[in-house]
Amino acid sequence: MRHLEQLPPWAAVVIALLVVTGASLTVLGGLGLVRLKSFYQRLHAPTLGYSYGTLLIVLASMLMFTLLESRLVVHELTIGIFIMATTPITLLMLGRAALRRDRDAKLGHDEAVPPRIPREDRPAEPRGQTGHGEGLEDAGLLPDPEREERERADQARD
Amino acid sequence: MTAELLRFALGYAQIALILALALACWRMLRGPRAQDRVLALDTMYSIAMLLFLVIGMGNGNVFFFEGALVIAVLGFVATVCAAKFLMRGEVIE
Repeated sequence: MRHLEQLPPWAAVVIALLVVTGASLTVLGGLGLVRLKSFYQRLHAPTLGYSYGTLLIVLASMLMFTLLESRLVVHELTIGIFIMATTPITLLMLGRAALRRDRDAKLGHDEAVPPRIPREDRPAEPRGQTGHGEGLEDAGLLPDPEREERERADQARD
Repeated sequence: MTAELLRFALGYAQIALILALALACWRMLRGPRAQDRVLALDTMYSIAMLLFLVIGMGNGNVFFFEGALVIAVLGFVATVCAAKFLMRGEVIE
């Protein structure tokens, strides 16, 4: 740990602040992962660690090695950019997979599943690649008589 | 003096990240369903990556960075595969 003495005082304070804040926010995310009630709420909690935790710790690491080696060290940015690019993809895929599982299989769990779009509000045409939200494509391009039957039964029960 | 502060901060960060790792691990063991476990595994990957970065800062060693990068890439691939499996029941269609 000899290298820590070589840092100027202001840099040590800044690095300490960044690292402590980043680690604390990551713990908050982990706490949310444990405490929140529904999967769709829990999906939001660890993003604290993904975004703020990664950002602050990567910044601290960059600052520290830049000062230690007295040249510009930016290779930590690869981690930052990679995490920034991949986290939305993974969490979106996971959320959609969970939504599909929850809606397809009525498992009898007490999860609060986000509601389907009502039949009359759905778009008449399949949504294109640029469309937003969920359209006919979500329900599969081919009509699924079994699913239609199940939905009708659900609506009748409600 | 400021080196002491920095040493304390890095120690605190390591303990905090290990605590976060334990919380995510609890969620992974507890479930209750598959998507919770996958989410907790993804969180554990990212926290382990942050832990590697902090340990590298504590040692003054630049090479922990490469380990962190490998963990990040593996975490992405693993979670995408698991999500695809949950969605379709198979990874490669």
